[in-house]
Amino acid sequence: MTTPNSFRTGPDINGHFGAYGGRFVAETLMPLVLELEQAYEAAKADPAFHEELDGLLKHYVGRESPLYFAERLTEHVGGAKIYLKREDLNHTGAHKINNCLGQILLARRMGKTRIIAETGAGQHGVATATVAARFGFPCIVYMGEVDIERQKPNVFRMRLLGAEVRPVKSGSRTLKDAMNEAIRDWVANVDDTFYIIGSAAGMHPYPMMVRDFQAVIGNETRSQILDREGRLPDLISACVGGGSNAIGMFHAFLDDNDVEIHGVEAAGKGIETPHHAATLTKGVPGVLHGSRSYLLQDNDGQIIEAHSISAGLDYPGVGPEHSWLRDTGRVKYFSATDDQAIDAFMTLSKLEGIIPALESSHAIAHVMRVAKVMPKDKIIVVCLSGRGDKDANTVAAVLGEKL
Amino acid sequence: MSRLGPRFAELKAQNRAAFIAFITAGDPNAEITAALLQRLPEAGADVIELGISFSDPMADGPAIQASSLRALEAGMTLPKVLELVREFRKTNKKTPIVLMGYYNPIHKYGTAKFAKDAGEAGVDGLITVDLPPEEDDVLRLPANAHGIDIVRLATPTSDDRRLKTILEGAGGFLYYVSITGVTGTKSFAEGDVRTAIARLQAATPLPCAVGFGIKTPEQAKAIAGFADAAVVGSAIVERIAAGAGVDAVISYCSELAAAVHGARV
Repeated sequence: MTTPNSFRTGPDINGHFGAYGGRFVAETLMPLVLELEQAYEAAKADPAFHEELDGLLKHYVGRESPLYFAERLTEHVGGAKIYLKREDLNHTGAHKINNCLGQILLARRMGKTRIIAETGAGQHGVATATVAARFGFPCIVYMGEVDIERQKPNVFRMRLLGAEVRPVKSGSRTLKDAMNEAIRDWVANVDDTFYIIGSAAGMHPYPMMVRDFQAVIGNETRSQILDREGRLPDLISACVGGGSNAIGMFHAFLDDNDVEIHGVEAAGKGIETPHHAATLTKGVPGVLHGSRSYLLQDNDGQIIEAHSISAGLDYPGVGPEHSWLRDTGRVKYFSATDDQAIDAFMTLSKLEGIIPALESSHAIAHVMRVAKVMPKDKIIVVCLSGRGDKDANTVAAVLGEKL
Repeated sequence: MSRLGPRFAELKAQNRAAFIAFITAGDPNAEITAALLQRLPEAGADVIELGISFSDPMADGPAIQASSLRALEAGMTLPKVLELVREFRKTNKKTPIVLMGYYNPIHKYGTAKFAKDAGEAGVDGLITVDLPPEEDDVLRLPANAHGIDIVRLATPTSDDRRLKTILEGAGGFLYYVSITGVTGTKSFAEGDVRTAIARLQAATPLPCAVGFGIKTPEQAKAIAGFADAAVVGSAIVERIAAGAGVDAVISYCSELAAAVHGARV
């Protein structure tokens, strides 16, 4: 594969990142998807849209989020300097709100009156319910029954915010099934409904749009680290489920050839077992939820259920831009197991007083591994995509404690 | 060469609409599907639509989702679907078979290889729900080369510009999705469908079929009064789910066929 001049120009007009992406949707949705793309392009070109979004990001979300030098973690690991991009400090406790605000402003612009969303860990559901409350839209969140069970605090938060959480009983009853059900709802309510997708996945223009709204993470990081260290980092890293925080973190750095970029997938019980969610490591290209991308699937093209202790990474697909970045070699993808993520979760909590989301803990685990073998003058920035309070029940269960 | 063109020409000469019966291949198992396929033509099915199971059928309602799952649990795979068609063709050379499914199993099989194998097995048309015209060259070109029509869907959301895109490269018949929604859920308003079909018929020489909301012989009859074909899927599949034997399913299909064929008398 030839190396492009820039990694930041995609997708093309049909939503392709190299061989990935596209719009693989039922015909009923095609006109909507095309209309959404036009509306998004118009909004992108409208300074008033950006002004309103920037104002909300500042005063409602609390941006910019800090870039924090994790001094004790760095000492503990004994290698490169580790910085954390604190998306956990955003309103609602994760990066998801960045994208939800952008999309709800677009929904309002398009005259839509009803919001739907899918959620895995519940972070995107909470963020969607939050912006729906803020803008006065009725909101329905589809969530797999399995995820409802392991993310009860977030289910309650969504209800407090006025959203209806609809349990999804089909398939593996996790994120992919919630997405199927949200797509079915959209097909049945084409006139009034806006579907807020939380991952940098799905049909064009979603992967591009979600990336653009999340790119604030990397843009801020880039100028913050230049301020602090007078140079760019040697390595940036983020966890990858669908890949929204990762693409948001990575995008600003894609053309900085000296910055190494690592995505970290969930290895679950190990990538040598069938119980993982390491799509880019173990999957093969296929078509699901509107785009061509790497997928966990069997020989007959049936989707295989993913496994991860973190509901937000428990997805058998991945955003198409990540598939392209993998094939081009610009970004390298690794994985961390459930156990390694739990270790990182505990370590960061105890050393820095920061309880990370289990999703983000995968990236922390990876960075702890690589920082150790890097010289002390090297700089790493890892995206701490969310806070871990929501994971208290899961981690307590692993530790054999009952809350 | 696809059997769809000759079949619709024949029906047109008789001033009859086509009855298109949908079943999921392998639901509840391959033997029952083989038996149903064998007997559907005598029950009056002019075209058979055979569903390819997918683990994530996003455009389908509960009935066909469950049917897809039953077939997968019984071990159905895409090569076995083609095997069912091959077996059927040993005794039936005339009834067109249209495979309906999602793109990923075909993508995994290998698109060009699938087109070749399906053509050789005796498949006449393909409906790939999540492969819109913008993306379907990769399947349409090899399929056409092996005598298979790509059947496109039009919906209540298809405006004139969209319809033009849909019709470019469309073959066999045009499938009008009568509702905005997934299969087997809402019911259509007859007047709206009549208007939509008149518009489609003016836009294309292809026969125009109606599906996604037809649940009873009465509805099938109403549709067959003005459309070129009526497709019934979920209502048949629900009977299979309820444990109706081959005889009962076939007898229900005969009722539907009689309603369709009697519509213009």
